[in-house]
Amino acid sequence: MKSSTLPSPAKTGGPALEVEGLCVDLRTPSGTVRAVDGVGFSVRKGRTLALLGESGCGKSMTALSIAGLLDPTAEVTGGSVKVAGTDVLRLGRAGRRKLAGPVLSIVFQDALTALNPVQPVGRQLAEPFRIHRGLSRRDAREKAVELMTRVGIPEPRLRARAYPHQFSGGMRQRLLIAMAVALDPDVLIADEPTTALDVTVQAQIMRLLRDLQTERDMALVLITHDLAVVAQRADDVVVMYAGNVVETGPVAEVFSRPRHPYTKGLLDSVPEHAVRGRPLPAVPGSPPELSAVPSGCVFQARCPLAGQRCAGERPPLLSVGAARSAACHFSEELDRV
Amino acid sequence: MSETPLTATAADPRADGSATPPPLLEVRGVTKSFGHGRRRLTALDGVDVRVERGETLGLVGESGCGKSTLARVVLGLERPDSGTVRFDGTDPFTLKGKELPAWRRRVQMVFQDPFASLNARMSAADLIGEPWRTHRDIVPTAPARERRVRELLSLVGLRESDAHRYPNEFSGGQRQRIGIARALALDPDLIVCDEPVSALDLSVQAQVLNVLSELRERLGVSYVFISHDLSVVRHVSDRVTVMYLGKVIEHGPTEDVFDRPLHPYTAALMSAAPTLDVSGRERDEEIQLRGEIPSPYDIPSGCRFRTRCWKSEARCAEVAPPVVVRDGTADTGQEPHEGLCHFPLGTGPMEA
Ligand SMILES: Nc1ncnc2c1ncn2[C@@H]1O[C@H](COP(=O)(O)OP(=O)(O)OP(=O)(O)O)[C@@H](O)[C@H]1O
Ligand SMILES: Nc1ncnc2c1ncn2[C@@H]1O[C@H](COP(=O)(O)OP(=O)(O)OP(=O)(O)O)[C@@H](O)[C@H]1O
Ligand code: SF4
Ligand code: SF4
Ligand SMILES: [Mg+2]
Ligand SMILES: [Mg+2]
Repeated sequence: MKSSTLPSPAKTGGPALEVEGLCVDLRTPSGTVRAVDGVGFSVRKGRTLALLGESGCGKSMTALSIAGLLDPTAEVTGGSVKVAGTDVLRLGRAGRRKLAGPVLSIVFQDALTALNPVQPVGRQLAEPFRIHRGLSRRDAREKAVELMTRVGIPEPRLRARAYPHQFSGGMRQRLLIAMAVALDPDVLIADEPTTALDVTVQAQIMRLLRDLQTERDMALVLITHDLAVVAQRADDVVVMYAGNVVETGPVAEVFSRPRHPYTKGLLDSVPEHAVRGRPLPAVPGSPPELSAVPSGCVFQARCPLAGQRCAGERPPLLSVGAARSAACHFSEELDRV
Repeated sequence: MSETPLTATAADPRADGSATPPPLLEVRGVTKSFGHGRRRLTALDGVDVRVERGETLGLVGESGCGKSTLARVVLGLERPDSGTVRFDGTDPFTLKGKELPAWRRRVQMVFQDPFASLNARMSAADLIGEPWRTHRDIVPTAPARERRVRELLSLVGLRESDAHRYPNEFSGGQRQRIGIARALALDPDLIVCDEPVSALDLSVQAQVLNVLSELRERLGVSYVFISHDLSVVRHVSDRVTVMYLGKVIEHGPTEDVFDRPLHPYTAALMSAAPTLDVSGRERDEEIQLRGEIPSPYDIPSGCRFRTRCWKSEARCAEVAPPVVVRDGTADTGQEPHEGLCHFPLGTGPMEA
């Protein structure tokens, strides 16, 4: 099926995606700042890892650096990103291009700007089939229509001729998902893939992704703010705060007994638990400015448990039980607050 | 159109000369279609919506059912084929000259797509302050404007130093919050929020929602709140309107619509909402809708939901469903709860 010469995870048996010590620096008018600071995680074939964290904590930046699609103002300054054992950060432009689509694919957070506004969507969807599979214009077009059906766009044949602005927000998001899964990637990174979708269409998309995972053993990195989706769909979670990983582990365990104060605050903000007409609970305060991340714990300014030690010493990400880790000096005491 | 529209109110309060002011927003029988090649797609089909002063109306429905189109009609960005829009009693489509900007000031929108709706060449401060250039009286002096920009930024959880950054230097959720700050800049009476918090984590989302509800309490701001997140809609809305394929199929007080839906589509929507329960992975009570989303070019006869409805019978294909009314049981007063269905769901525990 795949013409690519790169090793596929099926042959190597290791994790499909392995990120280690990833660092991303940004050039700003006031100097260089670090947006992603030593992020690491790994996902096995057929599994789902959810990347969680506050708005602006570096999730998209992590996703874009894995896909090699960072802005020119941003630069990967450390770490490795192994796809089926190969460090893709060391690949040249041509090597990356071969990877994009059949091996590693991404659903961008911003659906409208990721689509070409002056080209009918059918043609955009057909393109990967022409480039990577060498299909004829006619066959590629058929494939595009098939994909549109799979993501629930009614009258796909007619709609294939329409332009992005003629679709609703949720439809554009589904077109982007269709494009990303077109070539059955081994690893899919989906950045907020269902935010613009109602629950029934969301369920349909999640089923599509699950089918791809069971049929093709696709590994999925799911970036989302929807904790319910995470609870239902993910195997493991990675929680980020201000560019750092602060907690990792199997979803059921992390959600039922968080071991980092930020994770706990996030889980406590679920509106389902709130009374209508009353303010919703939020983690008080705001994250540190990237140019002024404190030397100790990154969460100290907002942490109810913060003590002397937290100001002076950055807590390392340490094991807190089987397959779990947290970066907090006092993670043992969390159950008592 | 063949189906009876859901009428929002009884008589027009202005007609009998009574002192009751008209609703802040009243949309009646609005229809809008788009041409695609040789065929036409009906995005809105006789839609009625009403928003009272200081009220939040939740608007929910399947992706592509016409919510953003309705929002654009309310904002005067899209002219309906037929039907009327009344804002505080006036038809915005008849306004001319100076009246138009004065009206624009009162109705603002938070756009669904935070990326496309922000001009990439303007800094956050320029984006937020831009509306003041046409409405000079609101924040008249330069120092006052600077102060107000800082205030608005902090209201949505951004920093003062963010004022000088450009849209591409912000994350998805940060851009969405700039859109919100911009909508607040003119102190509007009505804000149409199209998926305003979809890109925000729960904590920041809570912060932003708290700001919106505080403005409502303090200044009486009204909202039309479009969202796919049903727990958020439930938390913020006084009343909820449910759309399906361009038509309002149910509306009523929030508690009634959520807890005792009349329409099978509403029931399916509520049941499909994922919950945070991590123990039982697949829940069994979910009502799985069968069939494809029907084509908006070719709307089913009779009831438009019949191709996916598990209660559908022969009559549903032949006769347009009637309006069924059930007394509101919520403490919101006499507000009716109405749905469009031949076989509405009962009052007992949800029958599926
Ligand atoms: N060019 C830039 N200059 C300065 N800061 C930047 C620039 N680009 C991004 N940032 C900052 O980098 C941080 C990480 O952004 P990123 O888009 O990865 O966040 P995110 O976790 O995806 O957030 P969201 O959930 O809101 O999408 C943000 O705080 C953002 O403000
Ligand atoms: N400018 C346009 N030209 C042609 N068709 C359009 C246009 N705008 C909207 N439509 C169509 O009208 C229908 C309703 O779209 P709308 O954007 O109102 O949906 P929505 O309810 O907001 O959906 P979502 O939840 O996905 O954002 C869709 O089928 C869409 O493709
Ligand atoms: S290390 Fe200290 S400041 Fe950081 S999360 Fe733990 S208790 Fe809070
Ligand atoms: S009218 Fe018939 S098809 Fe339509 S929602 Fe009611 S039961 Fe279902
Ligand atoms: Mg992002
Ligand atoms: Mg929309």
